[in-house]
Amino acid sequence: MNLSSQTITELKEGLKKGSFRTADILASLKTRYESVEEKVRSFARAPFFQEREFRPSGCLEGIPIVIKDNICSEGDLTECCSKVLSGFVSPYNATVVEHLREAGALIMGKANMDEFAFGSSCETSCFYPTRNPWDTSRVPGGSSGGSAACVAADEAVASLGSDTGGSIRQPAALCGVVGMKPTYGRVSRYGLIAFASSLDQIGPLTKDVRDNALLLSVIAGFDKRDSTSAPLPVPDYGKEMEADIRGMKIGIPREYFVEGLDPEVRSCLAEARARLESLGVTFGEVNLPHTPYAVSVYYIVATAEASSNLARFDGVQYGLRATPASSLEPPLIAMYKETRDKGFGAEAKRRMILGTYVLSSGYYDAYYLRASKARRLIKEDFDSVFKEYDLILTPTSPTPAFKLGEKTEDPLSMYLSDIYTISANLAGVPALSLPCGFTKAGLPVGMQVIGPSFGESDIYRLAYQYEQKTPWHKMKPQL
Amino acid sequence: MTISRNDVHYIAHLARLGLTEEEVSHFQVQLEGILRYVDKLKELDISNVEPMAHALDLKNVFRKDEITPSLDPRALMKIAPASQGQFYKVPKVIE
Repeated sequence: MNLSSQTITELKEGLKKGSFRTADILASLKTRYESVEEKVRSFARAPFFQEREFRPSGCLEGIPIVIKDNICSEGDLTECCSKVLSGFVSPYNATVVEHLREAGALIMGKANMDEFAFGSSCETSCFYPTRNPWDTSRVPGGSSGGSAACVAADEAVASLGSDTGGSIRQPAALCGVVGMKPTYGRVSRYGLIAFASSLDQIGPLTKDVRDNALLLSVIAGFDKRDSTSAPLPVPDYGKEMEADIRGMKIGIPREYFVEGLDPEVRSCLAEARARLESLGVTFGEVNLPHTPYAVSVYYIVATAEASSNLARFDGVQYGLRATPASSLEPPLIAMYKETRDKGFGAEAKRRMILGTYVLSSGYYDAYYLRASKARRLIKEDFDSVFKEYDLILTPTSPTPAFKLGEKTEDPLSMYLSDIYTISANLAGVPALSLPCGFTKAGLPVGMQVIGPSFGESDIYRLAYQYEQKTPWHKMKPQL
Repeated sequence: MTISRNDVHYIAHLARLGLTEEEVSHFQVQLEGILRYVDKLKELDISNVEPMAHALDLKNVFRKDEITPSLDPRALMKIAPASQGQFYKVPKVIE
């Protein structure tokens, strides 16, 4: 029986009926892995197909889940796809991993990613790039490229990724799966290897909206080990999404439908809007006037935070230590520099250089402080739209998946591929990408639904009702 | 904003990054390009705006000062590149 293409919901039903066991699911996934992984390369290293121990109760009982290589799971290699963490076996579990295990899930393996989540194409992984299952000459998006590709290629049932500027939503869009970046504080970041602490959130990537809502209900919630996690109860998203969407008011931001938006993406969005109107949703044009500044704010704030977070990788407590052949500097400083030079790839270095620069004496006010103020203006744009509208609808990415190598030489063009996703991280609001069509060349297109803080239920509600009326989530790549 | 090779060397030192001469040349050009792009922020009037450090309305999050179990130090020392007993070993710091 081929189980690899089934959703969590379908597998749960089969397990409950006794039609198959977890070992059968793993065997199906193994067969699929063996036939397609060479083409896609979704995983950071070979996953576990033996039945690992799992708790015999809970809403994910016996369901294997893949997690991104920057999420710690005890006893497993967790290398952030970086040489600087080579050989790092996590001595503890991230809170999301504990939640998954309590719900009965098995951690099946770790997905490939851009090194330290620095990238939008999965090409900066120290191992190898992941490829888009719909066209293996193209990127899967990033940084959670492996997490998206393994679900799209049916090598995984569902996965977790992390999103700092679009790293769940953009690959979800480019691979044709559903990806949610929850509200900042909704999911604990404890055990997520930090990139930019004021922006990072963990979230689920799944084959459909129902699975996504279920997985978020499991991983969300207050955690005393993350002082920025929100002390709020977690709704049963799966139940709340079934409510009617008639009368919902959706804003379409003018600033997102400008030059640079691919015409095929634009027409998929227009069709999605018409479809939603037929379901009784009303639309209005809105303004998010500070959108043109979002990429600038992001690349100052995110790199500043990254340069400080990555200071801990110094060859002392874990991971790589490199010893310089000879140096004029004091031995400890020389060891730090050699370790960091050998351990980090070009994009990580570029971001640490930029981040250190914008925080350095004499430039702090001109860059970091100015960006932090502009960030508030971006957040206020959202606040004022959400006074009148329930949700915002936009494209997730300005283009469908691009070719491998197309943007690696020009960091700025790579950064601009996140132009529609970055603002939600800066404002802290939740946003989900779901499939809304295909280009003529057969590449998936995603749309983004943005909600007010802690408005995940409404996002799922709209996404679920739309998904019920469209075939996109059922389409499969030919591999 | 122009960035010199010396600027890149200086920043790399602050970040404790050893860079090859080739990397310095590369980053000099790219850093200049990125800074030119983010100069766009100078158009904004931000004189009366409070900086925003993160998105949640949380301040001074305290927990109870209680003793709770922490990770086993032996397990942590095992994953260190070099250690002795409960100490990390590093190259000589004091002459």
